[in-house]
Amino acid sequence: MLEIAVAYNRYHFLGEEFLTWLWFVIATDQNRLRRLDEDLLALEIGNRIVLENRRQDAQETITIKGDDAGLEEGILSLRKGAMVSELNLVYKSGELQWHFTIKGESLNLSSLSLPKTGVAETAEELEGVVLEKAFLYEKIIEFLENLFKDFIKLRVSNHWQNQAVPLIKKWINST
Amino acid sequence: MGILSASNSITRYHVEGRLESPVLDNILRGLKKNTITEIEGDASEKMVGWTSFDKPYQPNFDGSSFVFGSHLVFSLRIDKKNIPAKVLKKHYMLETAKRLAESGREYLSRHEKKMLKDHVINVLNLRIPAVPNVYDVIWKYEESILWFFSNLKAANEELETLFSNSFNLTLIRLFPYTSADLVSGLSDAERDDLLNLSPTKFAG
Repeated sequence: MLEIAVAYNRYHFLGEEFLTWLWFVIATDQNRLRRLDEDLLALEIGNRIVLENRRQDAQETITIKGDDAGLEEGILSLRKGAMVSELNLVYKSGELQWHFTIKGESLNLSSLSLPKTGVAETAEELEGVVLEKAFLYEKIIEFLENLFKDFIKLRVSNHWQNQAVPLIKKWINST
Repeated sequence: MGILSASNSITRYHVEGRLESPVLDNILRGLKKNTITEIEGDASEKMVGWTSFDKPYQPNFDGSSFVFGSHLVFSLRIDKKNIPAKVLKKHYMLETAKRLAESGREYLSRHEKKMLKDHVINVLNLRIPAVPNVYDVIWKYEESILWFFSNLKAANEELETLFSNSFNLTLIRLFPYTSADLVSGLSDAERDDLLNLSPTKFAG
């Protein structure tokens, strides 16, 4: 395997492509997401998208935030060559919701809030609450890992250039 | 940041390597070997070590208290003394004036100034309390997965170093390339293709 720091920098574009593709899939093909997770009701864009446009010697960052923010500026930025670098998402399953932000370059999760769980009143109850929390963390992490696997399998295949990229371009230019 | 917090940050790791049996005993040994020690009343500026998830200020790993079902749950604690810059400046200037008066000289050499500053920092460190920061860890040993409840660069670096020193295992952060290479189930041919990827342009 490549040296870690080299791999982080050289392939950090994969994270931005993943989030840009994910926005496209959320907007056009929720069934693809449900095939990866049968408990998924919907995956929605949350209250924040950050896009970055790197040109030869300049970098432009566009942040769209707000619960009901329009995403037209984001699409416009994609048309100008920007990529999604950070995405706030809402994962819905039944009546439960997970809110979180995922960063493209690191795939780190932040602002992660889980569905409500019981509160440990005693030391004896702590184990149950921790295991319930761990299950809920696992649920969202496993979903994201499966999403990334789906993306990377596509990304290293010929279908990426032949099918996915033309569809994403069409979506960007027709939205 | 903690497992029970309302809002969290998580950095995902792949754990490279396996421990010899009995695994839990070896993990207990690693945790105990590097359990955090208090630095109150000590000149140390910083201390990093493991602590218990349920009692972060009274670490105790006895009785497999770090085992929650199939998960190993414990915490990294970083205690740090932060001397406010203005406090340091005040005590340094007072001490400088005292030294000059005692010696009858007008200036201190560069070396003397550095020694004096180190002395002042040591004296202040003896007097101020350390600020503890606790970051939870969930380790799924069988799956070689570890979740660290912080995205802070410094905390992640301390975790990686302490983990390696405690268990002689390597933590590999799961960012795009390592996720693809290590945990996405790509074939050897696909992993070769991964190395040759270049950025896609969606615009135009």
